[in-house]
Amino acid sequence: MGLVEVWFILIAVLFTGYFVLEGFDFGVGMLMPVLGRRKDADGDTRRRVVLNTIGPVWDGNEVWLITAGGALFAAFPEWYATLFSGFYLPLLLILVALIVRICAIEYRGKIDDDNWRRRCDWGIVFGSWVPAVLWGVAFANIVRGVDINAEKVVTSSLLDLLNPYALLGGLTTALLFALHGAVFLALKTADEVRVDAVELAAKLALPTVPVAGAFVLWTQLAHGKGWTWILVAAAAAALAGVVALTRAGREGWAFALTSIAVIASVVLLFGSLFPNVMPSTLDAAYSLTVDNASSSPYTLTVMTWAAAFLTPVVLLYQGWTYWVFRQRISTKQIPPSIGLPLGRR
Amino acid sequence: MDTLDVSRWQFGITTVYHFILVPLTIGLAPLIAAMQTMWVVTGKAHWYRLTKFFGKLFLINFALGVATGIVQEFQFGMNWSEYSRFVGDVFGAPLALEGLVAFFLESTFLGLWIFGWGRLPKLVHLATIWLVAVGVNASAYFIIAANSFMQHPVGATYNPDTGRAELTSIWALLTNNTAMAAFPHAVAGAFLTAGTFVAGISGWWMVRNMRRARTVTAPEAAKLEGDARTMFRPAARLSLLVVIAAGVGLVYTGDVQGKLMFEQQPMKMASAESLCHTATDPDFSILTVGTHNNCDGVKHVLEVPFVLSYLAEGEFTGVTLQGVEDLQAQYEEQFGPGNYRPNLFVTYWSFRAMIGLAAGSTLLAVAGLWLTRGNRVPDQKWFSWLSIAAIPTPFLANSAGWIFTEMGRQPWVVAPNPTGVDMIRLTVDQGVSHHSVWTVWFSLITFTLLYGALAVVWFMLIRRYAVEGPLEHDAHPPGDDDEEPEEPGTPKQLSFAY
Repeated sequence: MGLVEVWFILIAVLFTGYFVLEGFDFGVGMLMPVLGRRKDADGDTRRRVVLNTIGPVWDGNEVWLITAGGALFAAFPEWYATLFSGFYLPLLLILVALIVRICAIEYRGKIDDDNWRRRCDWGIVFGSWVPAVLWGVAFANIVRGVDINAEKVVTSSLLDLLNPYALLGGLTTALLFALHGAVFLALKTADEVRVDAVELAAKLALPTVPVAGAFVLWTQLAHGKGWTWILVAAAAAALAGVVALTRAGREGWAFALTSIAVIASVVLLFGSLFPNVMPSTLDAAYSLTVDNASSSPYTLTVMTWAAAFLTPVVLLYQGWTYWVFRQRISTKQIPPSIGLPLGRR
Repeated sequence: MDTLDVSRWQFGITTVYHFILVPLTIGLAPLIAAMQTMWVVTGKAHWYRLTKFFGKLFLINFALGVATGIVQEFQFGMNWSEYSRFVGDVFGAPLALEGLVAFFLESTFLGLWIFGWGRLPKLVHLATIWLVAVGVNASAYFIIAANSFMQHPVGATYNPDTGRAELTSIWALLTNNTAMAAFPHAVAGAFLTAGTFVAGISGWWMVRNMRRARTVTAPEAAKLEGDARTMFRPAARLSLLVVIAAGVGLVYTGDVQGKLMFEQQPMKMASAESLCHTATDPDFSILTVGTHNNCDGVKHVLEVPFVLSYLAEGEFTGVTLQGVEDLQAQYEEQFGPGNYRPNLFVTYWSFRAMIGLAAGSTLLAVAGLWLTRGNRVPDQKWFSWLSIAAIPTPFLANSAGWIFTEMGRQPWVVAPNPTGVDMIRLTVDQGVSHHSVWTVWFSLITFTLLYGALAVVWFMLIRRYAVEGPLEHDAHPPGDDDEEPEEPGTPKQLSFAY
């Protein structure tokens, strides 16, 4: 295996890490209004329980995307350039959503005012739904192929990107992340929020299993390879087991299974892609491949050493963070708002 | 305007916006770490209150810094794809390293710091903010090393088969003399910014408390004066010492950087001085009037001798400096026809603004240290005005400095290194993506409106929290008097929740 293959795998690992970790962050953001809209309890406290399950970790989770972007730039500059200039408007929307979400999460508790919190909640919901859908659309299009001309420029229009396969991909990631988030919430909360999260996960599994199943199967049949059938089976088996385990109160195992479903799906996409990185639908000769899109051997060598030393360290301290904040959160643990009133007292 | 112009405006706007927030983060993280260290070491509650007070302002700023930074990571590919293809082999490495080394560190440990009060052991919790401080500074180093490649490409060769620059030495790239000068200069600027910010707010609070103390009852007055004396005064003194150190660092690194630029990017320095024609021992220009971009239309109003020669080469006389017109002729001969002049008006005035605006911090440092000498606590109204007025000046100076260094590099996106590989050079029009102008207009308008709205929120929150001052519920460190109830089944309240 050459260095370009190593880096293809590392890019896949970074994106897989991003989708597993931000998947439940998005899910938590998407479901926050659903779990917080109960009349019998203080809705805001419940929304804060939900939000604080990802409180200390969501920022670090998001760095997986930044690093994936940087690694793509370093290891496959042609891929980076073609992808991000070609998927201009979807990426713009994702960036806007991420910006809004960051500020909404961080600023929500800063002002003790219902309207303020409502606006921030909108920001969190918008900032979670949009990337959850659009990443699926984008990755489905990468695997499916877009019009890339001889100059390595994507000439597909925005409407071309909204083809049925890609839209199914977007629906799949949205549902999968929502389910992943629901199971994560079942794992990280206590008392009534936990009960509701379990119920919600069971409800979400109903549409997720057929939709994700259809997308995964379509991917496999249209673009897959022999060995990627294993991933299809893994994704299907994992999804099938989620509901039963959640209902049985084994949220840890259920979360492991949704993680496996996300991992299997992302690996299936990358596996189907290889050795291309962006196939062209105009002419196979215009396709970007791991060989014609990669950096020089020296750059790849340097980056391999860096990744080999630094990635384990990152995994270690991120893992430790999850350990430190491993306890479940209940509504009783949420302190009163320490935000300031809008105007001066 | 065509796609190139709109793309340049977009990168300029988003980067300047990002760099309003970044220096405060870079400088404030170590300052807060220092405050928390003082609390851990001395056990004095006012250091704890200061840590919490400035920590809140830090977090408000950090959030928007992160939000605007994400755009930067992708904007190269979105708007400058041809540039990304040309330099990706070299330029991508420091970007990826920045993510692996710095971004993970700062984001993870900041989460631990925010939520770890009362949960992590004191020393471990202290270590988390120090790691954040290391992370934010490390990220500055990597991104400046990347930028320095665009100013002074080293450690790479041109591959004619692929038509791109390829990395030959990561070591040369990371020890680029431009980066070695620009990094400490930017960090010193960041410390100046954060020092002025903390000193300005503390100075304002000192005066406010001392004046209020005259109008209230004796016990209240004692509390107000006590806070001014034992909390805001040490904070102001500490941050003013940081301002002094940063100021000295800025002058020194700025001088080193200037001398490098005269040697490596003569066009940038010639345009910074409105030096149109090559001359021996030209005077240093302080003020000019006229149409700068028509080189001969500039009228030099105020000049001083010897300064420029010293700035350029460290000698007072016998220094010959190339002028803009002569360099233009030389470049046309070397690189073919084209306009190789930057916008002379912007480079001239941004350079002067950068240096001139340092007066804000200097005035505050001199006045603040003088008024707090001995054991004094100032109560002069003018000092509270000066404290507030000084706060924006380093932000503006930082922006001016980056506008100078980036616009002085025009028309190049990768400026040719006079002693480097000749083919590693790229003009901005060769680097831009093939988008329709409307596509880029759309993203420009989107980012500008979004950033504009968020800037209003950011300013409102910073102002609101600064004016509110250290909060009552932060008066006592956690776990000092109320030891955690060790009963199972009654979970402790979170010390912090969004």
